[in-house]
Amino acid sequence: MISFTLNGQTVSMDVDPDTPLLWVLRDDIGLTGTKFGCGIGLCGACTVLIGGRATRSCVTSIGMVQGADVTTIEGLDPAGVHPVQLAWAELQTPQCGYCQSGQIMQAVALLKDFPSPTDENIDAVMAGNLCRCMTYTRIRAAIKKAAASMETR
Amino acid sequence: MARIQNIDDRFDALTRRGFLAAAAGASALFGFPTGAWAAMNPANAAGALGPVPPLLFEPTLWYSIDEQGIVTVNIIRAEMGQHIGTALARILADELEANWDHVRVVHVDTDSKWGLMVTGGSWSVWQSWPVYTCAGAAGRIALIEQAAILLGVAPSDCQARDGVVTSGAQTVSYGDIVKRGKIDRRFSPKELATLPIKSASDRRLVGQPVMALDIPPKINGTARYGIDAKAPGMVYARPKIPPTRNGSKVRSIDDTGAHKVKGYLQSLVLDDPSDTVPGWVMVIAETYPAAIRAAELVKVDWASGPTAHVSEKDILDHASRQIADPSGGAVLDTGGGDVNAAFGAAKTILEQTYTTSTVLHFQLEPLNALAFESDGIFEIHTGNQWQSLILPTLAKALGRPEATIVMRTYLVGGGFGRRLNGDYAVPAALAAKALGKPVKMVLTRADDARFDSVRSPSVQRLRMAFGDDHEVTAMEHDAAAGWPTQVMAPALMPKSQDGVAYDPFAISGADHWYDVGVQKVRAISNDLANATFRPGWLRSVGPGWTNWALESFMDEAALVAQMDPVAFRLKLLTGRGRNSGSAPDSVGGAKRQAEVVRRAAQLSGWGTPLPATTALGLATSFGQERDMPTWVACVARVHVGRESGKVTVEKLTLVVDAGTIVDPDGARAQVEGGALWGLSLALHEGTLFVDGQVRDTNLDTYTPLRIADAPELDIRFVDSVETPVGLGEPATTVVGPAIGNAIFRAMGVRLRRLPMTISAVRSAIQG
Repeated sequence: MISFTLNGQTVSMDVDPDTPLLWVLRDDIGLTGTKFGCGIGLCGACTVLIGGRATRSCVTSIGMVQGADVTTIEGLDPAGVHPVQLAWAELQTPQCGYCQSGQIMQAVALLKDFPSPTDENIDAVMAGNLCRCMTYTRIRAAIKKAAASMETR
Repeated sequence: MARIQNIDDRFDALTRRGFLAAAAGASALFGFPTGAWAAMNPANAAGALGPVPPLLFEPTLWYSIDEQGIVTVNIIRAEMGQHIGTALARILADELEANWDHVRVVHVDTDSKWGLMVTGGSWSVWQSWPVYTCAGAAGRIALIEQAAILLGVAPSDCQARDGVVTSGAQTVSYGDIVKRGKIDRRFSPKELATLPIKSASDRRLVGQPVMALDIPPKINGTARYGIDAKAPGMVYARPKIPPTRNGSKVRSIDDTGAHKVKGYLQSLVLDDPSDTVPGWVMVIAETYPAAIRAAELVKVDWASGPTAHVSEKDILDHASRQIADPSGGAVLDTGGGDVNAAFGAAKTILEQTYTTSTVLHFQLEPLNALAFESDGIFEIHTGNQWQSLILPTLAKALGRPEATIVMRTYLVGGGFGRRLNGDYAVPAALAAKALGKPVKMVLTRADDARFDSVRSPSVQRLRMAFGDDHEVTAMEHDAAAGWPTQVMAPALMPKSQDGVAYDPFAISGADHWYDVGVQKVRAISNDLANATFRPGWLRSVGPGWTNWALESFMDEAALVAQMDPVAFRLKLLTGRGRNSGSAPDSVGGAKRQAEVVRRAAQLSGWGTPLPATTALGLATSFGQERDMPTWVACVARVHVGRESGKVTVEKLTLVVDAGTIVDPDGARAQVEGGALWGLSLALHEGTLFVDGQVRDTNLDTYTPLRIADAPELDIRFVDSVETPVGLGEPATTVVGPAIGNAIFRAMGVRLRRLPMTISAVRSAIQG
């Protein structure tokens, strides 16, 4: 039995500890906002927060999250209005949207480390998140917009 | 598209004529609820539809109005990032004089009543514009006439605006009209043909900013893609992909190792009467992780098809031989004339050859499909771009009538043309049939790459004849590549003037709008490519290679003509003769292309001094087809590392004339994405065939553009009230040649192969 905190609630699962967290979230728990892209941790579509750190859930086994605090896109904000989500909406950042849960989770982690990120910070931290629709210009602008609004708060 | 419809009138339901017939048949009858089909509202969590209200006014197939005044617009196009439902609903709502806050969109499931269901070619807005404007106008008129009866006034005294009809001090809402009155308005074909369409200056929604309806679920995790589909009792499948795309046969399977994986169920050799997935084995398990692991442990012995040892070089060498042979291929109608005589009389001849490598779609949502039979209907749950193409194949594969198969609609996690080819639906359907239960197939990334319908490698030879004073007198363009339409939809290929069926999408772009004297364009199908893989329609299709060659060559030709590349292009874009354009789609012709070239040059500071090894390069395009030109010009500002060969794109300036712009922000997003796709294809992507398979299957070695390499973008649209044309692809095709031209202007070296790798640039600089 593996227990962890998911979006603020305690979850206990009887699954093979080698199972990637991604598939437990998607198929066993039914939180499909976290996406499968490459399976080797290089596209970032499966990014969740574990203990507040952006983590690739496709290469993180469920056994490793025993006792940890996991946040997915669904749990980022109860009403879906986290400043990063609001900035993403205002700039109409998503195209197909498939990578955007991961982009948003990565951006939330980025803004914890760099509340006023430079372009270099953004390039470095967001490098692991592929957007195949190539919405990069808006991702960059949305991160800066979210940073500004979080600073005002 | 016009070509496809001419060829197969089964597909004509979307043309103006098709709509008018439908509207005349069922015109403005008081409503009957039609919510029986499932479908998807991209604005809601999991695409949920609201309850279907009891009373509906359904003036045409394309929308209904309920008694609350909610306008529900039916969308047959796939939502894959273009916010297409929003754009199309804006067209209809504007003409209907609807209140935008009351408009909903529904992406429908397949049904023969919708006619051709395809999302590609940058066609959606262009094709839907006449249909949705007519549909909106017919509804507006019917509602005004009914309001006039309710208010006891003449229709001419009524005005519709924001979902309300007003006459003097009296008002009645669309919802109340639907609730209170039986609308029975029929339009004669003549009336329909002359419906009063609003003038451009009266538009209230088209051209105005709007928040796309599909965005909220895409930022809170509730958007539902094909990969999120579920059915009770389903099992998971991962395929074992055979060594060749065609002709592989399973000799034997050893799944001893797989039995150690908890949840592994069985391995299934597919029996495919449609021959879509020959040699496929489906590894079935209770969970997807178990299917992934089990598939690694299942050993399959195949008899390979004949292309098991084909390499990229074999395909390119074959193309070169085809081009050297003057007898093959299809010669397009480009105005006639004796090109051989013109070259014979030339003072100078320029000839160059351009090559492009294999490219993967790499749409981020790996291919997947859920299939099962329920109540006599075979359901396929998957994101797809061309349902009308794969349904007949599914019928053949399953051995059942097409009318008993339905494709349920989901958001598409990246299309880019990969999901025009619905081959991935077939193995899921066959497995579900064989097992008698729901099967959800998901490809891993590597499976997806190996099963991709890649963009074919290509070889092109371009020649130009110059007379006295370097006047251009003739041009020849030969292009050899795999032909997607020949492999997947041969019945839709038109015939050239010499009677050869050809793939228009694999040569489009070569039949350009420059005045070059006598012109010959020859399209050649690379049969070795066609046998080795299923050539794909990849974002921009043919112009992805033809425009790379053409626009690189135009800079080389300008050098021969001793002219500035911008001035040289403007000289040839005269807008005369066959390049003068025609109503309604190409009014102005090449003069509009000249205008975007002029503006892009001016905006980018063309001609002003730049630092060492930094330069501007320009390229232009008419988009996808002469029938539907989107005029684009791009200037790339590029810095080249003299020692390293590293090419840094500092800025892209694009000017686009796409006629009327429906959704300004959505239009901009398409140009942003298209331009960065062009950059990615030019510098960052590309793979090779090795032993019948693509070499690169994941992001460890296949490396699309990342955020740090995305340059500043300056994108401008030309103000226009002309017919709206396509925007999904055109920006893709100008960036590569603009970068190549900039590299030449910075370093004096010419790259003629895509992608332009660091090592290729470095070797060129070092000579």
